[in-house]
Amino acid sequence: MIIKISDDALARAMGADELARAFERKGHEVHRTSSWGMHWLEPLVEIDGKGWGPATLEDVDDILEGGAAEIAIGAIEQHPFIARQQRLTFARAGKTRPLNLQDYEATGGWAGLRRARQIGSAQILEEVTASGLRGRGGAGFPAGIKWQTVAKASGPQKYIVCNADEGDSGTFADRMLIEGDPFMLIEGMAIAGEAVGADRGYVYLRSEYPDAIRKLERAVELSAGIVAPFQVEVRVGAGAYVCGEETSLLNSLEGKRGEVRAKPPLPALEGLFGKPTVVNNVLTLAAVPHILVEGGAGHYGTLGMGRSKGTMPIQLAGNLKHGGLFETGFGITLKELIYDIGGGTESGRPVKAVQVGGPLGAYLHPDQFDIRFDYEEYTEADALIGHGGITVFDDSADMGAMARFAMEFCAAESCGKCTPCRIGAVRGVELIDRIRTGGRTADHIERTAVMHNAPKHGRSQEQEIGLLTDLCETMKFGSLCALGGFTPFPVMSALKNWPEDFTGRADREAEAAE
Amino acid sequence: MEKIGEIIAEHRHREGPLLPILHAVQEEFGCVDADSEALIANGLNLSRADVHGVVSFYHDFLDKPDLRPVVQICRAEACKARGVEQIMDAATAAAGERVKLTTVYCLGLCSAGPAARVGDRLHARLDGPALAQVIENA
Ligand SMILES: Cc1cc2nc3c(=O)[nH]c(=O)nc-3n(C[C@H](O)[C@H](O)[C@H](O)COP(=O)(O)O)c2cc1C
Ligand code: SF4
Ligand code: FES
Repeated sequence: MIIKISDDALARAMGADELARAFERKGHEVHRTSSWGMHWLEPLVEIDGKGWGPATLEDVDDILEGGAAEIAIGAIEQHPFIARQQRLTFARAGKTRPLNLQDYEATGGWAGLRRARQIGSAQILEEVTASGLRGRGGAGFPAGIKWQTVAKASGPQKYIVCNADEGDSGTFADRMLIEGDPFMLIEGMAIAGEAVGADRGYVYLRSEYPDAIRKLERAVELSAGIVAPFQVEVRVGAGAYVCGEETSLLNSLEGKRGEVRAKPPLPALEGLFGKPTVVNNVLTLAAVPHILVEGGAGHYGTLGMGRSKGTMPIQLAGNLKHGGLFETGFGITLKELIYDIGGGTESGRPVKAVQVGGPLGAYLHPDQFDIRFDYEEYTEADALIGHGGITVFDDSADMGAMARFAMEFCAAESCGKCTPCRIGAVRGVELIDRIRTGGRTADHIERTAVMHNAPKHGRSQEQEIGLLTDLCETMKFGSLCALGGFTPFPVMSALKNWPEDFTGRADREAEAAE
Repeated sequence: MEKIGEIIAEHRHREGPLLPILHAVQEEFGCVDADSEALIANGLNLSRADVHGVVSFYHDFLDKPDLRPVVQICRAEACKARGVEQIMDAATAAAGERVKLTTVYCLGLCSAGPAARVGDRLHARLDGPALAQVIENA
């Protein structure tokens, strides 16, 4: 009897290693597989396709006897959370051992690369473009067009850079993919290399993901002979959020400060060490092997809606009963994601707000939950899909505090290149503090005679709100990259939807004091 | 000093060797101090200002070692949504002077926060007492 227990970092954080050892001590063979992505059930034990979770050491004997009814979920593939998904990028999730080459081959691994090598660059470019695949890192730029630009650029040395910085809170799909199916990422990079004429690839992987680093380094060693002459190297980040921005990432790879570069020149033409470079997110590259199998591009293009083609691995995070990874075609509504799939909040309280797209994404109000997962629909709502993370908050959340945090985060992570972001974010924190305490009065310096130009009357809460709005406009239009440019999204959406969380606090505190 | 020379020699042939070198030095000595910066600058034919600029840019590199055990606690949005701020007082109390608490923005366990990291070991679904326990064991 083979027992499957994931060795994904989340499963391990919940005690999967100890559990696996307990089954082994009983004389059973344990396969450490990737995670199905049903995080509330980790560690999940699978025997003959049936699951038990979350399992503890006390459940081991019961599970082996087929009991433990209270944590039994029956056939895993029929579980509604799994059955409702369309899994392409995560097709192997829960099923294979991440570093086992036989498992990979047996489930269609390397078929895309083999075919890519037969059909050659022009045909690969055509199929990737035809599939409609867009970048999954946030901006949603068509992958095929980026690749064409690099392919056309001349030069003996070109690079494929995989952006595995995954700094957005509320996202973990890159981590799960690298930990769970690292060969697929390597295959995708090798295909990209074939398409544009690059023989070297780098994966820039954040230092906060120790398990992913270890596994990917091992996977690179194991597959070196298969992808050769293409070579992959893993480089570890150093804790800077902004290094997820592609030009900052390239500077960091070159051994410089992770400052954002002005564009043009596009990285596609002058990227790493000034050479033509493809920079793509993990999920973008991992979608490629599937697209490159016979008929794959056509199939991919039939999924999704509008100009958002294919599937998106959506990450359900925060205060949700059923959090985890949910891959599906574009077009699903937030309502479905939060209630039907996520099961509502774990705390059992009403949902107050949902942040989509990481720390730079807008906070959406329950009135907006009919919005469909689609790049264009989100843009229209002054929101963004970003990397597909959904963070749910219940009614105990203080949205004024969350807006302040957005500014604080921007100040802490700013690369420092432009003023609206570097200074503006600091001022933003101060402004929100003042709004929340009811405005400001002129300080003793402003009241001195020499400061005759300074207003003597202080500023009301309303005026401070006007100033915050103004500051956000300046950051939006005056920042070089989306860190400064998009921080206004969470701030302004919080202010617009929950103004009482900004203005009400001072009143409430005054009331409480009375 | 010798060790730094070895680290530089090991990486200098690579494309963009500085970050791998800084990681190795940080790992070996628990910091990248001014002396190390000078040696690295010398070894890579860079100015000390160049190297210092890079070291000071990244959160992972420290300018002096801290011998205390470190517990990283995620305080990003999804962990806030799951109550990390409410257990920070208990964490600070448990840490006292003995353990260093640092803030990290996301460990990729966002469906199961609050989350913490000690060395390469991760912890999820923490409540006040569980986090205090993690800190005590650090
Ligand atoms: C502040 C900031 C942080 C970013 N972080 C990431 C990240 O962690 N991962 C990522 O893939 N893209 C990130 N991006 C987007 C990248 O700049 C770039 O668009 C992406 O790597 C391109 O790949 P794609 O076309 O496959 O999405 C970030 C952008 C900004 C402005
Ligand atoms: S917006 Fe901020 S992070 Fe982006 S380039 Fe300007 S200073 Fe750097
Ligand atoms: S937000 Fe805390 S682990 Fe991601």
